[in-house]
Amino acid sequence: MDVLDTLETLWNSSGFKSFFVGEGWKNLIMIFVSCLLLYLGIKKKFEPLLLVGIAFGCLLVNLSYFAGGDTGDALYHMDLWDNFLDETHPDYHSYGAIMAHGGLLDILYIGVKAGVYPSLIFMGVGAMTDFGPLISNPKSLLLGAAAQMGVFLAFFGAVCLGFTGNEAASIGIIGGADGPTAIFLTTKLAPHLLGAIAIAAYSYMALIPMIQPPLMRLLTTEKERKVKMEQSRTVSKTEKIIFPIIVAMFVILLLPSTAPLVGCLMLGNLWRECGVTERLSDTVQNALMNIVTVFLGISVGATTAASRFLSLETIKIVALGLTAFCFSTIGGLLVGKLMYKLSGGKINPLIGSAGVSAVPMAARVSQMEGQKANPKNFLLMHAMGPNVAGVIGSAIAAGFLLAVFK
Amino acid sequence: MIEDLNLAAEALSEVSTEATTEKISIGEAAGTAVFGYAVVFAGLIVLMILLYCTGAYFKSKEAKQKAAAEAEKKAAPAIAAPAPAAEVKLAPGSAGHVKLFDVPDKEAAMIMAIVADKMQKPLNELHFISIKEVK
Repeated sequence: MDVLDTLETLWNSSGFKSFFVGEGWKNLIMIFVSCLLLYLGIKKKFEPLLLVGIAFGCLLVNLSYFAGGDTGDALYHMDLWDNFLDETHPDYHSYGAIMAHGGLLDILYIGVKAGVYPSLIFMGVGAMTDFGPLISNPKSLLLGAAAQMGVFLAFFGAVCLGFTGNEAASIGIIGGADGPTAIFLTTKLAPHLLGAIAIAAYSYMALIPMIQPPLMRLLTTEKERKVKMEQSRTVSKTEKIIFPIIVAMFVILLLPSTAPLVGCLMLGNLWRECGVTERLSDTVQNALMNIVTVFLGISVGATTAASRFLSLETIKIVALGLTAFCFSTIGGLLVGKLMYKLSGGKINPLIGSAGVSAVPMAARVSQMEGQKANPKNFLLMHAMGPNVAGVIGSAIAAGFLLAVFK
Repeated sequence: MIEDLNLAAEALSEVSTEATTEKISIGEAAGTAVFGYAVVFAGLIVLMILLYCTGAYFKSKEAKQKAAAEAEKKAAPAIAAPAPAAEVKLAPGSAGHVKLFDVPDKEAAMIMAIVADKMQKPLNELHFISIKEVK
């Protein structure tokens, strides 16, 4: 055995060499980015359940996939997915080709591509959500609708910045502050932007306690923030059971493209409320949710291969995502102020900002800001109404964009 | 603007298999954004109305049940002999329905909290009818 030859072969096949070939240095940058995301997830607790998985997926793909190099051992193959989307290629829409030639993360990514993981996550969210505050105060739905303003403003901004309609729709939905919805829509409309959009969406959701309070203080007066809201009526068990059935029927008939998201959300909630499927509700809330979170995080992270992620587009997406979040908050607050005026000062406008989905983080921020103004103020349950309305609102917004651009 | 709205509406209603991956004009984007925001509002407003309707139905049903229960209560003393019902203590904080038989308030509260904890249900979702000491 020639030791030198063996060493040379090892060196040539190693990832270390790939850093110095072609655009391999970009992978090095992405490895730093993934370490930064891991730091934010672990140390700063930024949506750790998903961000740690996404960051590690990002690390894995950038350690194993070098554009232009040997991608045989890669865990995720951009080129396979390009072929999957290329109508002229023999592997167009062929999951068989992915299964035959793909790596571990390619196979896990099939669940994202087919829209399975986001829908299952929604099922878990439904099983964990108490829609009682929304049912007792249906006006909350207006705040949930108003807080979708950022989605459409960011969509418009993205078109102005040169993105296509499909890409702009996927970027806009970041403003819905709903990770699974953003992933679902992006996978359907602009899969090449999935990594950047998912990271932007989850990072901003984690940053809600920093993004929203300055806007809340800017747009509301001390007097408005001090408003103590009356306790809502008690919602009967039957109402809670009927609610998911009504919402599923109405929303899916209105926008059939929302069926996977809204259907799963409401099925999960029905399991929670009906009282005879506790085992299923428990499994969906815990075991299934955790399993899907593992697959979703790592496979979304895998889409951040350096050759695609490091571009001007990503910077634009990050900037537009922040704009979307801010304008969604502003939309909710403005309608909250309007409701404050119309109700004769009975509604605290701070609950409007909770209309961005991000359950329950946004509602908690409303509670904290309300309590800062008036320590006797308990807005949490009032803010949960717009908060869960935002989930339905962002699903409708996604359904609309899907119907227009698919 | 109306033309843009029409364009967006046409795009929504058109059944097309062709993917719209091309760039769209700023006017068309503005129209789609306004129309989309309007659709979200319209959808949630209709849902709000539906919720108000179901809420009103359940509220009226509850009011009828309350009225019937009150009427029954009023009619009861005339027919049945008084006594035991009047002696029953009502526990505070549980909508006044739970009847305590030889159980102090503090112990009743503790029992209800333990039951709620064991059942993994919020206390306000449970309805206790009576608590009786078994001697």
